[in-house]
Amino acid sequence: MSKKVLVIGVIGADVHAVGNQILYHAFTDAGFEVVNLGVMVSQEEYIAAAIESKADAIVISSLYGQGELDCRGMREKCDEAGLKGIPLLVGGNIVIGKQPFDEVEKRFKAMGFDRAFPPGTPPETTIEALREILGNDDDENENKEKNKEENKEKNKEENK
Amino acid sequence: MKPILLIDFGSTYTKVTAVDIENEKLLGTASSFTTIFTDINEGLNNAVSILEKTTGKLDFTERYACSSAAGGLRMMVSGLVPELTAEAAKQASLGAGAKIIKVYSFELNEDDLEEIKSVNPDIFLLVGGTDGGNSECIIHNAKMIAQIDSDFPVIIAGNRNAVHQCEKILAGRRVEVCENVMPKFGMLNIEPTQKKIRDIFLERIIQAKGLTSVSSLISGIMMPTPSAVMKAMQLLAEGTETEKGIGDLVAVDVGGATTDIYSIADGMPEHANTVYKGLPEPYVKRTVEGDIGMRYSIHGIVDAVGIKRISALSGLTEQRAQEMIDYLGKHTDVVPTDDEFEALDYALASSAIETAVTRHAGAMEEAYTMMGLTYVQSGKDLTRVNKLVVTGGSLIHTKRTAEIASHGLYNPAQPKSLKPKSAQILVDRKYILAAMGLLSEYYPDSALRIMKKELIADGNPEQTYIG
Repeated sequence: MSKKVLVIGVIGADVHAVGNQILYHAFTDAGFEVVNLGVMVSQEEYIAAAIESKADAIVISSLYGQGELDCRGMREKCDEAGLKGIPLLVGGNIVIGKQPFDEVEKRFKAMGFDRAFPPGTPPETTIEALREILGNDDDENENKEKNKEENKEKNKEENK
Repeated sequence: MKPILLIDFGSTYTKVTAVDIENEKLLGTASSFTTIFTDINEGLNNAVSILEKTTGKLDFTERYACSSAAGGLRMMVSGLVPELTAEAAKQASLGAGAKIIKVYSFELNEDDLEEIKSVNPDIFLLVGGTDGGNSECIIHNAKMIAQIDSDFPVIIAGNRNAVHQCEKILAGRRVEVCENVMPKFGMLNIEPTQKKIRDIFLERIIQAKGLTSVSSLISGIMMPTPSAVMKAMQLLAEGTETEKGIGDLVAVDVGGATTDIYSIADGMPEHANTVYKGLPEPYVKRTVEGDIGMRYSIHGIVDAVGIKRISALSGLTEQRAQEMIDYLGKHTDVVPTDDEFEALDYALASSAIETAVTRHAGAMEEAYTMMGLTYVQSGKDLTRVNKLVVTGGSLIHTKRTAEIASHGLYNPAQPKSLKPKSAQILVDRKYILAAMGLLSEYYPDSALRIMKKELIADGNPEQTYIG
């Protein structure tokens, strides 16, 4: 079965590169195919990368407090670009100051995000959530037909 | 003496260059009208006899040719996202010396099909999706192209998981499969496609364009003319094992219909506080501005910079400049004979260079972040390049070459555009770049040494922008 593809990056005018690298390695080690856009990523870049690589989910990081502004309209743009229903996850210091996270989470869910993670979330938690979201039923429906042809190719290649 | 003949079959002129390979000397150049509709040899023979009037009879031992006759290598390409695979496909084709008629992104529709049908390109390049990524788009586009009843060859260089299905869909026509132009997100892999484009050009395009009747004495038409120029520029920059090159460079060819820009430079960010955005660009990069040219595309220059700017640069009133521009747009063969026309051509050529190099070069934006000032770079940073090679009638037949060329340099008033800060201007006075690219296939050392000799420096060694 082919690997699940994630598009990741730090959104907006945010240059926090360390967490991004940690996530890249953690996701890759966990068996995902990761397209890492690095820092200062615009909504359009996530979407363009997700289209070309047929991504299974987009994972957005934000560390500088402006995440709420930066993430606004992301779901609508995804819909517009033909990525209807693509799982959107967000995490980090996604809002300014100390706010109760359940309220923050509610706001992000209202914006169309599937999951929002509070500061200090270990990568394992996100990985678990991704496995849950991308789980097996998704494979059966979508990938069956898509993979028929692909698997044939892959087997051919591997047999060589 | 061992003379070699180098031929460039252009759309209007057949240009010939003779070199003595034994003494590494340029013997002479000449040109005559291309005779594509009767017998292409006619124009060639005319050019050679003009040449031999100055050099005396020459007994050529080898003959090589490149061609951009009959419209050049006309390509259409389709990709998925405009800034990603469609851009990669464009880069691949331009780098192979093609003339791109149109770049399509996303799924082709019926109107696109009509357009492709009427253009009937020499090659169609079909890409889209990273390996393992999107396959719907390229398969859809293959199905659309399969409906076109014409036998142009198709190169498939997209998502490898979809390639064989596309091949089946397009069965019955010439189909070539290449590695993906963008196998992973953000990774450019254009060389395999470029090689394939060149193969098809050699096998097929030359025949289709009636160039096969070229005298059997010619060892063959080896490449499209822009490829030859690109080879010459790469050789000049890099050098060979025995002869040093001149280092990174930008080259400008301002023509009547288009303006071509070449850069041989890595151009990636120099400082750690610079974030690079967008697709990485090829080390050898070519761009073609189809709307920027001295005669056929004269109005494109005005559209790009405005008549005010032309008036300011030329010293003519706006009204007079516009009158003359309208005249030149209709009379494309007029060369400047009086001061007024010279002043206008100066303004036009300066504006053409400024526009084309700005479009070719990358851009740097400042962004204030919580961590302080950060720079965001897209495209190539050419600020450190310090050689600018210029060619084209409007630049080589004027005394103000360096002044015109300086408009391709970094303008302090537009600090975002990453053009060379200061550069030595090298002028191709005898119009030999394509010929040297051809020669370099067999005699790279000689081609390099001849270029070093024949490209004449103009202006001061560290020319900067003149407003």
